[in-house]
Amino acid sequence: MRFAVEVLVTLKPGLADPQGKAVEGSLPSLGWTNVSGVRVGKHIRLDVEAATEDEAKAQTQEIADRLLSNPVIEESRILEVRPA
Amino acid sequence: MTARLGVVTFPGSLDDRDALRAIEQMGGEGVALWHADRDLRGVDGVILPGGFSYGDYLRCGAIARFAPVMDEVRAFADAGGPVLGICNGFQILCESALLPGALIRNRSLRFVCRVVHLRVETSRTPVTSELIPGEVLEMPIKHGEGQFVASEEELGKLEDDGRVVFRYAGPDGAVADEHNPNGALHGIAGIRNEAGNVVGLMPHPEHAIDPDIGPTGGQGLFASLLAAALAGASR
Repeated sequence: MRFAVEVLVTLKPGLADPQGKAVEGSLPSLGWTNVSGVRVGKHIRLDVEAATEDEAKAQTQEIADRLLSNPVIEESRILEVRPA
Repeated sequence: MTARLGVVTFPGSLDDRDALRAIEQMGGEGVALWHADRDLRGVDGVILPGGFSYGDYLRCGAIARFAPVMDEVRAFADAGGPVLGICNGFQILCESALLPGALIRNRSLRFVCRVVHLRVETSRTPVTSELIPGEVLEMPIKHGEGQFVASEEELGKLEDDGRVVFRYAGPDGAVADEHNPNGALHGIAGIRNEAGNVVGLMPHPEHAIDPDIGPTGGQGLFASLLAAALAGASR
């Protein structure tokens, strides 16, 4: 079966996020002065061939840990697994 | 006897030819290595050059880490062979966990291309053995993701063990935030592994060899690396 899997990769809390800071810095010029704590991450979508949903999830977690994220600076988590 | 230094070309490497030329100019033999080969061709040292390997997609160095040649580089490093990662090569070594920490987007969010001053922090590496701690070297940087980060614990270990090899400094060797081009923690421009044989740095020694075209701060690194490679080869 084919499963569509969505993975979210975020920077570890406390780690400098220059990109998030730049986005945050531009908001006041648009009139939004009430926003803080902007962090930018990555959303990755994959189609995985697997026998079961659990298998697709386990394989994706390994892919996320080994390639999609760098554990030194990032955390990854599977958002959703569903039949593609 | 001439030291043979290999330079790995990944798809998207840019500074491989300059590295090979620097090796030859400093009296060594440069050996071109290919990312898809499982062969280091018997070299005495390995350089991972700068550039944008595999387009630097996902994260800088994230995909190059899994290139076939990297298994050989890892085995060579584990056996004590000298390995130098420059810029993208440094990023690849961090992604490979051959060096601790990571390199993230510059604090300024801008690509920075200029000459910097580096203070040599230790001579106990294959690329600084002929340099003196405190010595100031001039060479260019050119990167968008050069901000060195590591956990508090890892950073503490690097400092305590004397594994910071280079720091961004002023012309007089003073380390201050105004001289830090990318926001790197503790002004770190380069580090080494625990064994000392693997070194990574963001600045480009291979572009600082020929006095006709700019500063020559890279000569000492290449002279050191060639000496280390030769010593390894004769063992």
